[in-house]
Amino acid sequence: MSTRHSLRMTRRRFLVNTATVGAGLTLGMLLPGCAREEGPEEVMPEAGPGKAGGEVVRDARFEPNAFIRIGTDDRVTVIIKHLEMGQGTYTGLATLVAEELDAAWDQVDVEGAPADAALYNNLFWGKLQGTGGSTAIANSYEQMRNAGAAARHMLVMAAARQWGVRDSEIDVVDGVISHVASGRQARFGEMSEAAAREAVPDTVFVKEPDEFRLIGTRLPRKDSKAKVDGTAVFTQDIRLPGMLTALVAHPPRFGARLKSFDAGKAMIVPGVEEVVEIPTGVAVLATDFWAAKKGRDALHLEWDETDAFALGSTEILAQYRELAQAPGSPARSEGDAGQALQGADRKLETAVAFPYLAHAALEPMNCVIQKTGKGVEVWNGEQYQTPDQAAVAGVFGLEPEQVRINMLYAGGSFGRRANPDSDYLVETAHIVKAIGGRAPVKMVWTREDDMRAGYYRPLYFHTLKAGLDAEGNPVAWQHRIVGQSIAADTAFEGALIKDGVDITSVEGASNLPYAIPDISVDLHSPVHPVPVQWWRSVGSTHTAFAVETFIDQLAAAAGRDPVEFRRPLLRDHPRHLGVMELVAEKAGWGGSLPEGRGRGIAVHESFNSFVAQVAEVTVSGDGGFSVDRVVIAVDCGVAVNPDIVRAQMEGGMAFGLSAALESELSFSEGRPVQSNYHDYRVLRIGQMPEVEVHIVPSAQPPTGVGEPATPVIAPAVANALSAVTGQRFSSLPLKLNA
Amino acid sequence: MISLLLNGSTQELDVDPDMPLLWAIRDIVGLTGTKFGCGMAQCGACTVHLDGEPVRSCVIPVSAVQGKSVTTIEGLDTEAARAVQDAWERLDVVQCGYCQSGQIMSAVALLSRNPQPNDAQINEAMNGNICRCGTYVRIRAAIREASRALG
Ligand code: FES
Ligand code: FES
Repeated sequence: MSTRHSLRMTRRRFLVNTATVGAGLTLGMLLPGCAREEGPEEVMPEAGPGKAGGEVVRDARFEPNAFIRIGTDDRVTVIIKHLEMGQGTYTGLATLVAEELDAAWDQVDVEGAPADAALYNNLFWGKLQGTGGSTAIANSYEQMRNAGAAARHMLVMAAARQWGVRDSEIDVVDGVISHVASGRQARFGEMSEAAAREAVPDTVFVKEPDEFRLIGTRLPRKDSKAKVDGTAVFTQDIRLPGMLTALVAHPPRFGARLKSFDAGKAMIVPGVEEVVEIPTGVAVLATDFWAAKKGRDALHLEWDETDAFALGSTEILAQYRELAQAPGSPARSEGDAGQALQGADRKLETAVAFPYLAHAALEPMNCVIQKTGKGVEVWNGEQYQTPDQAAVAGVFGLEPEQVRINMLYAGGSFGRRANPDSDYLVETAHIVKAIGGRAPVKMVWTREDDMRAGYYRPLYFHTLKAGLDAEGNPVAWQHRIVGQSIAADTAFEGALIKDGVDITSVEGASNLPYAIPDISVDLHSPVHPVPVQWWRSVGSTHTAFAVETFIDQLAAAAGRDPVEFRRPLLRDHPRHLGVMELVAEKAGWGGSLPEGRGRGIAVHESFNSFVAQVAEVTVSGDGGFSVDRVVIAVDCGVAVNPDIVRAQMEGGMAFGLSAALESELSFSEGRPVQSNYHDYRVLRIGQMPEVEVHIVPSAQPPTGVGEPATPVIAPAVANALSAVTGQRFSSLPLKLNA
Repeated sequence: MISLLLNGSTQELDVDPDMPLLWAIRDIVGLTGTKFGCGMAQCGACTVHLDGEPVRSCVIPVSAVQGKSVTTIEGLDTEAARAVQDAWERLDVVQCGYCQSGQIMSAVALLSRNPQPNDAQINEAMNGNICRCGTYVRIRAAIREASRALG
């Protein structure tokens, strides 16, 4: 008894009805559970894994808030507001609820939330529902725990009332509510109806980190089983009665326009039902994919390419080199870097070019839309509910609330499904509109369509200059970045562009952590018609490489070991330092390696998490090399599920390694050169190093893990290659001189 | 009319003989566990077993499987398959999951032929299966674990 009491007493108190600092549960988010009993049971939106296309009747009795449903069958359903695209958010958010609810992990189910920004907005993004920027756990950390705690409170109050005991004497463990003195106990399911009649609390208690039983432990993923037996439902798998599959013939170059088309041959392909012109091209609708594909191949199309984009990557890069001669808009300016450089004992410089990159998620973009009596219904690996609702509504002249969205599993995204223009959803909407909404439409891109549709990680060019004093300490740092702005001309322009500087172009460079007295970072944002977008870890995809390889170059010029060189420069950044020291120790930094092998290190902060990596490479002499082992240290605050953190470190690193080793989307005369995985190469298993992940223990609130491992690997590998060969790299992907 | 044995039962398909087996399985039969990723035998998402051998169903015309036996993820039912799927679940290999049917089909085919593969053999058998989420470390570990379970 006394221990249970003291357990409750140590619980920190939270005010539920004050949504201070953008976190926490607002009262508005608490749907009064008691009001739910009267009236007919609602039919749930057909959202969530395995629920697509079926009707799920709400059989639960207890819905304390918009995130939890507890049925009389003792199942706890957690409604997840974020997209599960592999990063483990369904498991992570359910863990937060289960922790505070004191539920048993295997009684917990998950379900994707419908689109509703009033209930399910990303608390870091204001009134917008969406997933990205590695914020899913971070923005939900208090909200989901509060939701769980509120539900627990109501179950306890109901039990106290029923048993005629004090609520403070009641304990909850693994989904069982008990009162030791009277020997009474009940499972959640037995108390759920009574709990629904309890008042939603204004205040709840949540646990201190040292009281966590689930957070910080390895809980199995909620989506594993369905993804192992093939039953997980992706957009590609949706089948609706009467549904047509649509493939779209797109312009061959950005900015080309349709002059005319002849669908005669397409229409005679068996299975083809209709061919329609839409703003982005010509759509062929058929009973199945293959018929639509054959129909599209049979189209005769004439394009007007007068105003089309006509440059190649080489010309763009030449333009950028030219631009880099002159200062751009200042992103950071401390002291007088120019003058300090003049006065330095030694001056070093480098320049690096980064290609366009496609996201190339394994599930090509696709979307299903059906016209309904009340509006339209969408099935999608839905990452950007609020903008997508508005964009789809705009096509049909509907209100955003009339667009009902079923969030399905996404077969990867890496940023692509959070498109500022809702591009592929709008395309699908136009097809449905063009056929008068007579049938549900599944719009499918082939791999080639997906790869050539744009919204790439922009091509960037960086120049860096630095000066060392007589002791080899850096005294000046000048960093110039040239590349298209991702935020320009989007709804995010106001939030992301400050004084002419798109922060997504300079993040990771403008917050250089190294203590150097005179620093300047500036930016040119040239305009091209190639659509660009965030790509896993965004600005850090290029800035981390530029900074971390140049720092290594300075260390070499100063004759110092890369870790020793960084150490004093990171003196004001203990978390950078922490992951660097940890990774160096675990990787055996400084230990000897056989001939032809080398180690490289890189440290970088992104999305408020800190990651350091040591890569070990073997150089084979003929220009070939392999990455054999990667050791990763991460400080992401509380690791809600350490195994998922490890998985994100492994996978995020692998994603960056693809770009380091071989991915490149290039243009020739305005046309994307690559089209499929044979020429847009991505990492395969034979290239995957052994990986070791170390997590810094922390009680800080959790920060992102989906992206922060990605930008660190390319500089770590480059630095390892430089350590073996002395060669420095002026472009990605990395190529060794033979 | 094309006749094949799909997951142990006979299927009569009245379709364009050029239609890739993948689309016959997905769009005509309605089994959606087998995925489309590239359509040109580059990614392995569409891997099925054809008379026990792993093949890329996106490049095999359905006419070529006349009279043959095709197994998809839905039809897996062998000791090796159970060992692989168990290991996959125990190690939480999956991330987005889109590649995983194909990965599992390739892994099961490997272990059915060679229950004790070394790392080089694992890499070779699995190199045609892209995982854009980068779950390769766990794929290797799960195959080793399934291999141990198979003794
Ligand atoms: S879809 Fe068949 S190998 Fe990619
Ligand atoms: S798990 Fe996403 S592609 Fe493999």
